[in-house]
Amino acid sequence: MMKRFLMALALLLPSAAFAAGYSGPLDKADYDLRDKASLQRGAQIFMNYCLGCHTMQYQRYQRTFEDLEIPIDLGQELLQFTGDGPGSHMISAIDADASSEWFGLTPPDITMVARVRGADWLYTYFRSFYEDPSRPFGVNNEVFENVGMPHVLQELQGVPRQTYERRMVDGEMRDVYVGIRSDGTGRMSPDEFDQAMLDLTAFLVYTGEPMYLERQRLGYYVIGFLIVFLILTILLKREYWRDIK
Amino acid sequence: MSNAPVDKGRRRFLTVATSVVGGAGVVGAAVPFIVSWNPSAKARIAGAPVEVKIDKIEPGQLIRAEWRGSPVWIIRRTQAMLDSLPLIENRLRDPESNAPQQPDYAKNEYRSIKPELFVAVGLCTHLGCSPQFIPRNFGVAEGVDSGFFCPCHGSRFDIAGRVFSGVPAPANLVVPPHYYINDDTIMVGAEEGAA
Amino acid sequence: MSRILDWIDQRIPLSNTLKLHVTQYPAPKNFNFWYLMGSLALIVLVNQIVTGIWLTMSYNPSAEGAFASVEYIMRDVEYGWLLRYMHSTGASFFFIVVYLHMFRGLMYGSYQKPRELLWIFGMLIFLVLMAEAFMGYMLPWGQMSYWGAQVIISLFGTIPFGIGEALTTWIRGDYVISGATLNRFFALHVIALPLVIVILVFLHLIALHEVGSNNPDGIDLKKPKGSVKEEDKSPYEFHERYTKKYDIVDSIPFHPYYTVKDLVGLAVFLIFFAWVIFFEPTMGGHFLEPPNFEAADPMRTPEHIAPVWYFTPFYAILAAVPNPIGGVILMFGSIVLLFLMPWIDRSTVRSIRYRSGLHKANLAMLVVSFIVLGFVGALPPTELFTRIGQIFTFLYFAFFVFLFFYSKNEKTKPLPERVTK
Repeated sequence: MMKRFLMALALLLPSAAFAAGYSGPLDKADYDLRDKASLQRGAQIFMNYCLGCHTMQYQRYQRTFEDLEIPIDLGQELLQFTGDGPGSHMISAIDADASSEWFGLTPPDITMVARVRGADWLYTYFRSFYEDPSRPFGVNNEVFENVGMPHVLQELQGVPRQTYERRMVDGEMRDVYVGIRSDGTGRMSPDEFDQAMLDLTAFLVYTGEPMYLERQRLGYYVIGFLIVFLILTILLKREYWRDIK
Repeated sequence: MSNAPVDKGRRRFLTVATSVVGGAGVVGAAVPFIVSWNPSAKARIAGAPVEVKIDKIEPGQLIRAEWRGSPVWIIRRTQAMLDSLPLIENRLRDPESNAPQQPDYAKNEYRSIKPELFVAVGLCTHLGCSPQFIPRNFGVAEGVDSGFFCPCHGSRFDIAGRVFSGVPAPANLVVPPHYYINDDTIMVGAEEGAA
Repeated sequence: MSRILDWIDQRIPLSNTLKLHVTQYPAPKNFNFWYLMGSLALIVLVNQIVTGIWLTMSYNPSAEGAFASVEYIMRDVEYGWLLRYMHSTGASFFFIVVYLHMFRGLMYGSYQKPRELLWIFGMLIFLVLMAEAFMGYMLPWGQMSYWGAQVIISLFGTIPFGIGEALTTWIRGDYVISGATLNRFFALHVIALPLVIVILVFLHLIALHEVGSNNPDGIDLKKPKGSVKEEDKSPYEFHERYTKKYDIVDSIPFHPYYTVKDLVGLAVFLIFFAWVIFFEPTMGGHFLEPPNFEAADPMRTPEHIAPVWYFTPFYAILAAVPNPIGGVILMFGSIVLLFLMPWIDRSTVRSIRYRSGLHKANLAMLVVSFIVLGFVGALPPTELFTRIGQIFTFLYFAFFVFLFFYSKNEKTKPLPERVTK
């Protein structure tokens, strides 16, 4: 009994080992949910590269097409590779058991990954894969150590390598870590790849909370109304309280 | 008490103004609660138009399809059934189908696009039970062998879904919007040309 | 109109009740900001009940379907997201309002004689509210829902003599948190506990109107009959139930004066409330925690588990003691001591305005301790934070001990005869 409780307490009070999540600096994801073109490009990357393994079981194609201003026929033709009709959820074609066998665990549903991890984390994570022959898929990630997924965007980015440069430091030449650099074999330039990852991040932020823009729009009206109501109540209160000395 | 006299007009005006604005706020706040009862995206998708294959229906046979959770009947009527339609018009409540129980393209003597193929929502217009299809021995009149009978309260409809006089059901059976994709398939729940 | 009212009045005491509790209820005229919180708590309670009923219409209380049904509400139900955010934000605002309300009571001695039962009903509401919030947090069946419940229920496992283990299994209805636990917590959350809260709120209000509201000066405004000169009496008409026994001074009818004043407070409150709902519904991960956007996974604990912000002070007290049983006892003790406030504080002067500097410092220490513990409970536990947590746990308890001793012969300022502005 005592042991059980201590175990529970240990769960509640994560030790340093538990809290080993990445704590370094993250790049700011400067996305814009009103930029439909960016979201559309992000959706395209998601459908082509992510949905193969990850599902979005809470998000529907139809809603996505409508919110991203993609005509439904066009969306179905260019972006929808799974599901029965436009109303179906964005389910991966992969079999959960099979993927579990390949990757050691079922790739998680990522409908709300941006709400769990944050946009900056995702944007940095996508751009932090690097070549590491010691890992099963030949890649590791600076933000997510020993990540269990391959670098599916390598054909876009090229092979990313942790790069060192010889520089003068304190009067002597040293190898200094200068970050991850692509070997240039990818279809995109580094700038294009960054933009593509920003688009993908924006798309994931969108799916995390598809009503985001509507929520904000409604908020201005509600608060505007409440300010009018507040002014009236202040006048009313003053009028009545003139009685009281 | 204050020495200043109470300005009753101002007090009244502010009370009314605050009440009106506050009341509008309450009404506005009620909107999300009310519209949340509308069919959800899930229900609307489940209620999307359905394609039905009709090439396998034998003459005189009725098949059922599901559209928005309701039974939709599709019957390939025989020539005898079609011939029986004019015989009993004097015993029907709305033989001309004047009540808007069907789309305009089904407002004709057969209540259908093609005379032999009758499409209808299989729910009694009285209280929503699903009537039985009586293919023969309907027994209401000479030469009228088939029709529909609702077991709940005894309403009768002819083989074009037209209601008889003197039964509880007030109107003819509903013909849903539908169109022919080709000779073998119909789309139930949508008008031709609509997405 | 008046004939309809007469007809009703002959059958139920409608007009009389309204007079007794609203239009002819004497409320002290010197209520300040702090006296708004009671009304607001009532409004939030209504918000929680109404949005809760609506959420129940689309929620699915099963381990398989709960998480997906919350996303169904968020995405597929028209304005479902608004109902959900109103409910989740309402939970946090409930605690903000209730904590301020309790602090008001401590500040102005609203627990002192004759308001002991009023205070105890209030504390019971607080206790049930915590249970209600805890069970509600489990329903979305996210990672925090699951592991938070796992840990809190394990607290009962500390009860010795083998009772603990049997008890936790009984509460869960399984060997771990499972669909069975979710189902029973759902039933308690949506019907049993709300019912208890509504009854307790009713009793709280009955007790309040029996003894009358305290006020920032902490003096009695119902003077013995005949002791007040006619021109000093409050010039308003109050219900004879109050005027028969007392001469009432410095009071005004609750309606219209406090209804219009509370409306101002309500408007300000709603602006804050709406701002959170529409612009910061997760409040930076404090009102809705990021790991809870991931479905519960019994095989994997999130990296950092912290309770929702309104539980963190008590959680920090729990964690301050290395011995688990001691921690649990201390945590419950921190609430029990609040229940006992009417007897711990032996001063006859209620309001902080007329109490000693020592008392002011002591109360400030309690507030600071509570806030610091709140932060410590939310942060990942390092040695430093645990130490800070221990220090402020000590200070939290020290408040009650000090108070018990100095309040008996406290050097207080003379009370005014009438309320001050």
